[in-house]
Amino acid sequence: MIKKTGFYILLISLVLYCSGPFLWQLITSLKPDVELTTIPPIFPEHPAVMHYMSIFEGHPFFRIILNSAVVSSSTTVLSLIIGSLAAFGLAKLRIRYKTLILGFVLSVSMFPPIATVSPLYIIIRALGLRDTWWALIMTYTTFSLPLTIWILTNFFREIPNEIYLAARVDGCTTFQAFYKIMLPLSAPGFYSTAILVFIFSWNEFLFALTFTSTQVSRTIPVGIAMFPGLHEIPWGDIAAASIVVTIPLILLVFLFHRRIIEGLTAGAVKG
Amino acid sequence: MTERESGNRYVIPALVLLTFVTIYPVSYVLYLSLYRRLLIFDISRFIGLDNYLFLFSDDRFWNALKNTVYFTSLSVSLELLFGLCVAVLLNRPFRFRGWIRAVVLIPWAIPTVVSARMWEWIYNTDFGILNYLIGSKINWLGSPFWALNAAVFMDVWKTTPFVAILLMAGLQVIPKDICQAARVDGAGGLAIFRRITLPLLKPVILVVLIFRTLDAFRVFDAIYVLTGGGPANTTETLSIYAYKVLFQTLQFGYGSTLSVVVFLCTGGISIFYIRLLSRGIKRTLHD
Repeated sequence: MIKKTGFYILLISLVLYCSGPFLWQLITSLKPDVELTTIPPIFPEHPAVMHYMSIFEGHPFFRIILNSAVVSSSTTVLSLIIGSLAAFGLAKLRIRYKTLILGFVLSVSMFPPIATVSPLYIIIRALGLRDTWWALIMTYTTFSLPLTIWILTNFFREIPNEIYLAARVDGCTTFQAFYKIMLPLSAPGFYSTAILVFIFSWNEFLFALTFTSTQVSRTIPVGIAMFPGLHEIPWGDIAAASIVVTIPLILLVFLFHRRIIEGLTAGAVKG
Repeated sequence: MTERESGNRYVIPALVLLTFVTIYPVSYVLYLSLYRRLLIFDISRFIGLDNYLFLFSDDRFWNALKNTVYFTSLSVSLELLFGLCVAVLLNRPFRFRGWIRAVVLIPWAIPTVVSARMWEWIYNTDFGILNYLIGSKINWLGSPFWALNAAVFMDVWKTTPFVAILLMAGLQVIPKDICQAARVDGAGGLAIFRRITLPLLKPVILVVLIFRTLDAFRVFDAIYVLTGGGPANTTETLSIYAYKVLFQTLQFGYGSTLSVVVFLCTGGISIFYIRLLSRGIKRTLHD
């Protein structure tokens, strides 16, 4: 009995520890400015949505959210297309230097972004792509390819070879076998990968900070980091903005936590 | 068309992208690191290894290296410790386990920049909830003594879920009958954990260590937003120093040298862990 109570106390503290900072930000976002500085700083006495109004009025917040949405979803689609083709090739076709290629792909995932950011900046400036969606989409797609390829290769490998070969014998070309047979069978792997890649691109900061300079292409992390505050930091507005941009992610986590966990572990533990 | 030719076609787009967006830039950074290149003055002069020699006398570099190593070792060991506890806790069957796992994932899913802003407010000296809860007036982010530890704590909060989820996956693979057999033989919970769970979990622990060490070593956004490297450079890590040299003072030569150092360190770390990992796997196979 005592053991059980102890277990539940631990569980509750774990839940509080994990969600506490977020809940605190939620509470902050609902406080009118005067209440932000009151002590004790517990609940808002007069909850207000003024900060939510002000982030959309005073700042180009819609545009920033749109940028992030476009960049993240394009990245997800592109890296799924390119990554699944590669994974299919590596899992089911005869390719020379297969282990070498997989090792190369894995080593790329270990590259520190800071080691590529300045040359990429020079290249992107030379191509005239600075401050465009394309600069980010191209970079994010590449950096999510290792994860995509590893997860999907694992999923494709688990599909029995007989199924693939039967399709080939029945007259499918390799590509038909890929999209008619392999893709539907590995749909769970696709969901997992898509969510992970989406979250990665939604969160990325270093490249976004370097390649964007105006709100034409600025993404959410950069928008939050550069939140205007000439004299004092607008804590209420920042809190509201962080709640707005985090809600999609929390929804993703609650709807798809099994898929996320599957993806994370397929990418890491099995690989 | 032979099977092999068609196989290559599938892999080539990915390889082309990977080469142009990672291999080519890394070579370019190596090349730039041999130059004295100042974008604002239009200076570009080959100087060989001078930038690398300058590292030795650059106090700010040593300070950044020290901070990075401190940040990495402290946060990774705390994450492993907490992650292990959380994994063991959540590995038991109970009601609402799925939901609680989802809650545990929240810190991991929140963008780093957002969590840095959240913690900045929690750490606020006058109005932050932390000082209120512990009844202190500590200037967490403004004091050289606390700032780096505050960053470590934020990182631990954010990435423990990731560690816990991976370790939990490892725990589930461990056959239950081994533990039951040990229990029948009279082994206590702690002994089972030390003698059975931990050794069997070792490969997963190593994988977690690779990922987390590399991530922590190249830490940028968390600290950049939380403290900007301050106060007095006490939280400046290698990536932040390199970024400032590259994009604030626009010294692309020396900045590239610093990036190369980060690259070499992460390369070294991966090789070290991968050796450890393959040795561990070989030993398990021999047993």
